Amino acid sequence: MIRGNSSIRKSDIMNRRMFIIGAAKLVVFSVLIGRLFSLQINDNKKYLTLSDKNRIREWKLPPTRGNIVDYFGNVVAGNLKVYQLHVIPEQVENFNYLISRLQTILKLSNKRVEKIKKNKAKLKPWESLVVSENLTWSEFLMINNYLYELVGVKPIMTISRNYPFDEIYTHVLGYVSQPNEEDILQNEIIKDRFVPGIKVGKLGLEKTLENDLIGTNDIQRYEVNAYGKRINQLEFQKGQQGSKVRLTLDTEIQKLCADLLKNKAGSISVMDIYTGEIIAMYSSPSYNPNLFLFGIGQDEWQLIRNNPLKPLINKTLSGLYSPGSTIKPIVALSALENKIVDPDFKVQCKGKIELYEQTFHCWKEKGHGYVNLKEAMKQSCDCYFYEVARKLGVDRLKITADKFGLGKKVLGEYFENEKSGQFPNTNWKLNNLGKGWVLGETLITGIGQGYTQTTPIQLCLMTAQIANGGYKIKPKILTDDNQLSSEQVKDLIKDNNSINSYVSLFKDPRNIKIIKQAMFSSTNEIRGTSYKSRIDNPKYQFAGKTGTAQVKRISKRERELDLKTSEIPYKDRDHALYIAFGPYKNPDYALSIIVEHGGSGSTTAAPMATKLFRLIVDRHQLRKQNINVKKTYT
Amino acid sequence: MFQHRRLNSEITFFQKIKQLDYILLISILLLSSLSLFVMYSTDGGEILYHTKSHFIKIIVFFIMMLLVSFINIKLWHVSAYVFYAIIIGLLIWVSFFGISVSGSQRWLDLYLIALQPSELMKITIILCLAKYYHRLKTEDVNNFTTIFVPLTLIILPMILVLSQPDLGTSILIALSGLVILWLGGVKIKYFFYSFISFLISLPFIISFLKPYQKLRVLTFLDPDRDPLGAGYQIIQSKIAIGSGGFYGKGFLKGTQSYLDFLPEKHTDFIFTLFSEEFGFIGSILLLLIYSIIIFRIIRIGFISRSSFAKLFCFGFAFAIFVYIAVNLSMVLGLLPIVGSPLPIMSYGGSSMLATMIGFGIVMSAKVHHNQSIA
Repeated sequence: MIRGNSSIRKSDIMNRRMFIIGAAKLVVFSVLIGRLFSLQINDNKKYLTLSDKNRIREWKLPPTRGNIVDYFGNVVAGNLKVYQLHVIPEQVENFNYLISRLQTILKLSNKRVEKIKKNKAKLKPWESLVVSENLTWSEFLMINNYLYELVGVKPIMTISRNYPFDEIYTHVLGYVSQPNEEDILQNEIIKDRFVPGIKVGKLGLEKTLENDLIGTNDIQRYEVNAYGKRINQLEFQKGQQGSKVRLTLDTEIQKLCADLLKNKAGSISVMDIYTGEIIAMYSSPSYNPNLFLFGIGQDEWQLIRNNPLKPLINKTLSGLYSPGSTIKPIVALSALENKIVDPDFKVQCKGKIELYEQTFHCWKEKGHGYVNLKEAMKQSCDCYFYEVARKLGVDRLKITADKFGLGKKVLGEYFENEKSGQFPNTNWKLNNLGKGWVLGETLITGIGQGYTQTTPIQLCLMTAQIANGGYKIKPKILTDDNQLSSEQVKDLIKDNNSINSYVSLFKDPRNIKIIKQAMFSSTNEIRGTSYKSRIDNPKYQFAGKTGTAQVKRISKRERELDLKTSEIPYKDRDHALYIAFGPYKNPDYALSIIVEHGGSGSTTAAPMATKLFRLIVDRHQLRKQNINVKKTYT
Repeated sequence: MFQHRRLNSEITFFQKIKQLDYILLISILLLSSLSLFVMYSTDGGEILYHTKSHFIKIIVFFIMMLLVSFINIKLWHVSAYVFYAIIIGLLIWVSFFGISVSGSQRWLDLYLIALQPSELMKITIILCLAKYYHRLKTEDVNNFTTIFVPLTLIILPMILVLSQPDLGTSILIALSGLVILWLGGVKIKYFFYSFISFLISLPFIISFLKPYQKLRVLTFLDPDRDPLGAGYQIIQSKIAIGSGGFYGKGFLKGTQSYLDFLPEKHTDFIFTLFSEEFGFIGSILLLLIYSIIIFRIIRIGFISRSSFAKLFCFGFAFAIFVYIAVNLSMVLGLLPIVGSPLPIMSYGGSSMLATMIGFGIVMSAKVHHNQSIA
């Protein structure tokens, strides 16, 4: 019985203590369920987000750049499908064998192969390694033929920038290439959209308009595993192509400019004298921007860099030249405006004048005899302008020159490399050279030599502002929606009473008229310096002014020798210049031509204007009809 | 006495089958098949190595459990100390000749199966102490020797397992043993004092921990302190469970496990995968099945006549509970990561072998519940 009692007691203790444990178990299980509830029900959203963050990875692809079109809508910077060759290293059994196979098929250089191997080391094995960025069609076909034995090789089609007119637009558009560190650091948008393979503007409008052109990335969403390997694609979000940019330029005229300046160094600019639209702007020689897309080869680069005609310089905006005789319309205008001379004022040209024991030569050794303003402009008599400049003084001349835009950047907001040049006065010399102005300098400034430095685009703007009757215009290279047509601007200018934004640059409109007439006679009257280049048909008839800018001081001996241009070393030859506007009766366009070391303005530059005006005037009607094209392109 | 003997002798094979606890049996089968589905999911929705191996183990060990059920509970009582001695022997063997995996030496290569004696010790310690207290009279329980002996029986395997090193298992062995002391009637104040002194000595214990164990404790306290390193498991586990929501992501659709974000998803973190795919509702269901199993085992303990069977059942029920509680607390971020599998669900032969033998002994206690042990 004792034993039985004891065993019952023992059993009681056990059962009782079991209950206590049971209660504890209930508590623990409740805590666990509470925890489950809090994780799975209360915080479910938070953890779902975290889990998606874990498993979903976004891959950005290079954005598609916006097209750049000319005035007529022709694509001048577009996008082209290119064939590329990618290799996925993890799918390749023997990488070295594969790469040597590809080397023979694609005839890759050893250097290229080394680079590919170096790139491979930087990638994760499942990331695609770019073997070739731009396969030719035949290479693409070849690869496809061998594809069965090339495991892990992927020929793919992608989009790349393309400049269909090759070198025609290079100095306007610039080009795109892989961004370097500086590009990324300086532009937040590039930083944001950067992905390997992206191309950004390096120069010209491609660079200035980067933020409009770049577009937004395509985004691929992938499910990835814990090691970052892509498992499957969840979504593809198409990015927005960059905005379309429409230029004011006309490809046909641009092509003619390129043609005229073939094998020469120089620049041609053509401008609508009312709207300020630049319809051609070409700097020669140019280079093919398509070479830069996939990284230019050393040999090609050296060829461009070492070309003595300096293709890398945009001469239209960054080339600084003495304006030579093309400054004479401004000198004459300034003299008229300041009432220093009247149109009948005459000077006797004996071929040279002596001043303070210095001799100032006219280009015509025998002299022009007595010349008035019109004759002096027509024959470009230097002695006349020496005298006028002497009477006028450089300070008053500078005021007029400044008004017409000399010494100021014209398109500075769009082109980082544009130079402002300078138009000197007495203060300028004192401040910059620390010396007092001497009268002789006034004289040579009067014929566009000396300290004056202008860019071709400035000369074009100056001519345009004379041609439109002396009104200030704002040159532009991009079309914009709210812009007035040239007809509307003409009407506004005619209606003198209306309050418009057109600032007149003259005191007396008759003065402008006199200058225009003088320029007309220079081209269209016998003994005019560009008489040979004239067009009699009033439809194309233009008025202009030649210029021949000395590159170095002509020594006495050289003057006596009177060498022909071809006999002088290239570097020492004069720059040939020409400025003009037309059609004369009712002008619409102005142009400036500069041929570096081209000899004289009348023999080299002016004949180009003839060809240009024929085309420009013929294109004018077409251009007027296309004024509404802009609506469709914006 | 006569009556008992008669009863014993009258139990036939057929009667034994009738005496099986079918609810427990069905629950175990349910749990086993559930574990197969989850294992199939860890294999990425294919029948691969883990699924096959787990399936074979379930079949073999389930049959083994049924066989154990028919063995008279007396036999277990008789051989309890022998088993204890054998397992201690195996533990010593392991410390010399065991297979070392990721820095800890826990396994014996038995050709067919890599046996982990420490897992078997979790059952054996219950068996051994149940036998010790079966004999002991209530009034003798709180003597010095009667406390010293069972404590030694617990500490000996603990030290061996700790030296492997395997903190998790040694804690589970300690808890399984201590619960028998509790049930056997050791004074509550002893437990209380021990607990207090344990708390006080905790800082000293921590200073003795291996660096990786210390790291686990620190990481548990603040998982975000090293999200890619030690905290990774806890964080990913919580994300997986939390993102499961009420209904779960669906079978085979657990992205966390499918995409390899979950560590140890076959073994210690199996619940994470289950909970991610089946959600709160599935987790509750799983806990319900476990609760039924525990409840049935306790019920068998209540109806058992012998103290040995009673102690074993209560002890084993508690052990199962502790395994579940520790494993879930760990994956839910309530406890530091200590390697401890979820019974039946987790992949791993030794753990399943031990659990199934435990179920078998419990079932044997049910079949022979009228059996008294001298």
